[in-house]
Amino acid sequence: MKIDDVISSKIKSIPPSGIRRFFDLINEMKDAISLSIGEPDFDTPWSIREEGIFSLEKGRTHYSPNAGFQELRKEITNYMLRKFDLVYKPEETIVTVGGSEAIDLILRSVIDPGDEVIIPEPSFVAYSPCTLLAGGIPVAVPLKVENNFKLTADELLEAISEKTKALVLPFPCNPTGATMDREDLAPIAEVLRNKDIVVISDEIYAELTYGSKHVSIASFDDMKDRTVVINGFSKAYAMTGWRLGFACGPKALIDIMIKIHQYAIMSSPTIAQFSGIEALKNCDREIEKMNLEYQRRKRVIVDGLNNYGLECFEPFGAFYCFPSVKKSGLDSERFAEKLLMQEKVAVVPGTAFGKSGEGFVRICYAASMENIFEALKRIKRFMESI
Amino acid sequence: MIEILELIEKNSRLNEEQLSRIMNITEEEIRKAIALYEDNCTIVGYTAVINWEKVNREKVHALIEVKVTPQRGEGFDKVAERIFRYPEVNSCYLMSGGYDLAVIIEGMTMKEVALFVAEKLAPMDAVMSTATHFVLKKYKDRGMIFEEYKKDEREAIVL
Repeated sequence: MKIDDVISSKIKSIPPSGIRRFFDLINEMKDAISLSIGEPDFDTPWSIREEGIFSLEKGRTHYSPNAGFQELRKEITNYMLRKFDLVYKPEETIVTVGGSEAIDLILRSVIDPGDEVIIPEPSFVAYSPCTLLAGGIPVAVPLKVENNFKLTADELLEAISEKTKALVLPFPCNPTGATMDREDLAPIAEVLRNKDIVVISDEIYAELTYGSKHVSIASFDDMKDRTVVINGFSKAYAMTGWRLGFACGPKALIDIMIKIHQYAIMSSPTIAQFSGIEALKNCDREIEKMNLEYQRRKRVIVDGLNNYGLECFEPFGAFYCFPSVKKSGLDSERFAEKLLMQEKVAVVPGTAFGKSGEGFVRICYAASMENIFEALKRIKRFMESI
Repeated sequence: MIEILELIEKNSRLNEEQLSRIMNITEEEIRKAIALYEDNCTIVGYTAVINWEKVNREKVHALIEVKVTPQRGEGFDKVAERIFRYPEVNSCYLMSGGYDLAVIIEGMTMKEVALFVAEKLAPMDAVMSTATHFVLKKYKDRGMIFEEYKKDEREAIVL
């Protein structure tokens, strides 16, 4: 049997990740400073880890209900109200294996073959492949640096067709660090209000905004009943390895997501869920502490990059900055590769996040201040050498 | 400017240039603020947290609970000063509860510490009693965990 013949043609049609090779290279180079990994460098706060240990000791090693423990779902609704003024009932929530699973679930819940999903780019690498896997057609909207990588109503209107089923709203944005404020979202909500388009609002970085508080599109009039808000514990609570996320939305949609989840995944990790309850109940302070530290690092890195000729717009969210590499005369991938080989600093080519990322690189400042200072020193030397 | 204090309390090796970049103010402002804080003894000193066991240097630390008679007109402060002026005393705190002063002594050997208590501390007029507890192992000191410093070991992942 030729294995290639048995592989589904759908999966074959999805282009392989172009940066896989680059990531392998980073992993091989053990002593490189990595500003490429999109996760907090902080370990999970101790009280959360301790709760995990305790639940293990108590023998809580069984399945949870499919949609997640009731107590956790209730804490999620408290959290959404406390932080974002959004009112949900526990049955309007689902606990997932990271925010990523929630993205996959909602796409699979709404897409029929040929349906279009509008995806602003550059953005998280999974939206487009998950859309394809669900049988949909990704419609990329290239965001512009002159708009600070925000989505505008005109861009959205232009992308909408009769086949549009959903819009992914990825703010605060990986990889650009862009955020959408109330004034930015209002015209978007206006466009969507009378259309049958599901809004998939990926708010996994909602806790990591610097300046103004995150605003969810679901908080606009008439938007809640057409929006699924995706959030999770990975970025806010530095819990990436626990694989715990959630989604909130209209019950009818959440029920469909639970239907898929119960057959594909069954339930999210039990230990992680108990830790998640502790996180939501008692760890607001920990988020503030980490947020403050990210702000300091952001200041250092944005300032440094601008000084060394890598023009960088001010990111107001997530833990990424997205400088232009124009001055180097190199394209994104060449720049990243050369910087890695020459100075052993790992950053990610902007093209990993969509074609419109060409000319930029993603630099993640979820790294120690010490490493950030050292990386800047090397970047300076690199820029002077070319 | 209090942020300077928070930053250097965690890492006193941050230099003026780095501090200015972290806080987004000029180096001159940093220098002035630090000078002021040093002047009025807000910044008392700069030091490093060292795990002496790594270099096999024997050092003995003991926590001594000291009960004292406060002196008329001077309270505990005068007694405390007579104690904390000894170079052997690492830290000295006035406590609530079962005893008055917590005194942390550093010495080369247990005998040295014991002799200090027996010959210097206990005989003082104001000292009513002492109880000496030797430190067996330090896990964490001044917010720092001794065995935990580690490199960034995260591996690259597509996301």
